[in-house]
Amino acid sequence: MTDTAAPIAKGPAPKIVSSRFDLVDGHTLQGYVRTGGYTALRKALTMSPEEVTAEVKTANLLGRGGAGFPAGVKWGFCPPGVFPRYLVINGDESEPGTYKDRLLVERDPHQLIEGVLIAAYAIGAAQAFIYIRGEMAHAQERVAAALNEAYAAGFAGHRVCGSDFSVDVVLHWGAGAYIVGEETALIESLEGNRGMPRLKPPYFPAVKGLYMQPTIVNNVETMANLPWIVLNGGAKFAELGNGKSTGTRLFALSGHVNKPGVYEVELGVTTFRDLFEKPEYGNGIRDGHKLKAFIPGGASAPWLYEEHQDLPLCKPTIDQAGSMLGSGAIVVMDETTDMVKAALRLVRFFARESCGKCTPCREGTTWLERILDRILAGNGRPEDVRLLMDVSDNISIGLAWPPRQTTICPLGQSATTPIASAVMRFPDEFAKYVGGSVELKVKPRGSAFVGPLTVTSEPANV
Amino acid sequence: MSRLTADNEKIAHEIIGRYPRKRSAMIPLLHLAQEQDGYVANDAMAQIAELVGSTPAEVLGTCSFYEMFKREPVGKYLINVCTNISCQLMGGEELLHHVEHRLGIHHGATTADGMFTIEDVECIAACTEAPCLQVNYRYFHKITNDEVDTLIDEIRAGKRTDDIPPHGTLAKVRQHVPAGHWAGRGGEGLPVIPGQAN
Repeated sequence: MTDTAAPIAKGPAPKIVSSRFDLVDGHTLQGYVRTGGYTALRKALTMSPEEVTAEVKTANLLGRGGAGFPAGVKWGFCPPGVFPRYLVINGDESEPGTYKDRLLVERDPHQLIEGVLIAAYAIGAAQAFIYIRGEMAHAQERVAAALNEAYAAGFAGHRVCGSDFSVDVVLHWGAGAYIVGEETALIESLEGNRGMPRLKPPYFPAVKGLYMQPTIVNNVETMANLPWIVLNGGAKFAELGNGKSTGTRLFALSGHVNKPGVYEVELGVTTFRDLFEKPEYGNGIRDGHKLKAFIPGGASAPWLYEEHQDLPLCKPTIDQAGSMLGSGAIVVMDETTDMVKAALRLVRFFARESCGKCTPCREGTTWLERILDRILAGNGRPEDVRLLMDVSDNISIGLAWPPRQTTICPLGQSATTPIASAVMRFPDEFAKYVGGSVELKVKPRGSAFVGPLTVTSEPANV
Repeated sequence: MSRLTADNEKIAHEIIGRYPRKRSAMIPLLHLAQEQDGYVANDAMAQIAELVGSTPAEVLGTCSFYEMFKREPVGKYLINVCTNISCQLMGGEELLHHVEHRLGIHHGATTADGMFTIEDVECIAACTEAPCLQVNYRYFHKITNDEVDTLIDEIRAGKRTDDIPPHGTLAKVRQHVPAGHWAGRGGEGLPVIPGQAN
């Protein structure tokens, strides 16, 4: 039993965002400044906002929240001449399997704040909000304390570092809702409303976000990379990785490995097998067991299997394999795992967290949970498996990857991925529960949803 | 008690002052009310509506959306056991059952003495440290059944009041901007860099 000061195992990759994780005083202003903190901010203030943005574009820093959109490009979407602009930091980390933003906030809050100040300068934001998940009390304390220090030292607020740039940074905190991690829902929540996503278009946050003003929503880890990029240059950052995925990233490796942990690894060159097997990372599947499946990027990601282990941690590569790196959450399941049970737990999550705005998600996720529940309880019928896939198909047409949506946000469609994964790959486990053979009429389109289960008919072209 | 005390009302005004629009302070103020009373009372919601220029119904609408807000009293110690995928794989459901047996209640219920409420919760971002739980949103990583028993005994004996505040208290440190440092340009229709209009 440990508190939040538990040591976190880390690998040997270059430390861009996790360099202070082991320092006793890394979260204090003194510890941060002693280790080079706030020098990047001073440097950024000598550059023009456009130059800072250009460095981030050169770095090809992909957003670390889940969607992986290039941060510098996103900043460029603010319509020229429209002020005030806002910067909102998404620290509502709740995707099952994801554990990185909490560490970044608890162990190195000033790094986040320095990144926020740099981004606010580049965007021309008058005010920044750091939205921390409600359940993370210690993280809120760390941000509050760090902001108090940063304000008192003149790094935030009126005339940052004596320059003519001023910005306020405000700690905001949530109250328990996964959906608020979706950027327009986050904005709704920050406006004091129920966290329900907005329809896009017209409300692309960069154009009409918080208070209908241009707003950039960025993830905590994205911000944490900025001081390093400003200090060392975007080109240096882009040298790390394989060109398509640059820099490093924190991955939370959980589940059935000998050494679970949060590891900062170089993107594009490290493979899943490295993470699972190498002694500095996972150190092998638990107790000599065999890998059965793994979730590469959080509960929303289609599952991958032993044949995918040699793929590098590279966004386009994993996208092409039919899944995603998502939020950097890798969950390993060994051969002892009951895949029907695992699928139910994931589906139940989405059913509980559906905000209720769109019918296919609100109704569909609940039906999926109920059907899986009765299958697992031994009350399922052979045709229930087809029903699961049929409901899934109604939430996300064709079960394609990238997915098609019938809803405003991707939550509903995310509930269908564990089902399509488990049914196609482990049909025998469903067959055992329902006491009959599993047959499907239509093959899901996603390239990671591949059998043993054979489905003769191809999906219709819709 | 349920309206905010004078001290808390002062804190409420400070929080409201940090937002370009008052309504944005709604969730932080609901937390403040919950910190004061252990839950969010109807009178507190009515007062929050006055403070942020909204209606009690709208405050209820927001309050009822978020799982952390309790609209009736819960135990002094809220035990949130994670059973989502990473914890499930490492014994999270068994951990939940142990806590339920130890306290003699199901999740969702409160012990007769009003000390403990158990919840079966979604992922709390401690996935590499599974199985895990929170007590009043303080983390306990890789916790064993024996350690749960010890923890519960210590809480009952009043030995954990230093590291586990009563339900409702989240951060024990508040943001406080020293006088003269607040830029206050968030609501202005101006570019933040003088002379530059992008």
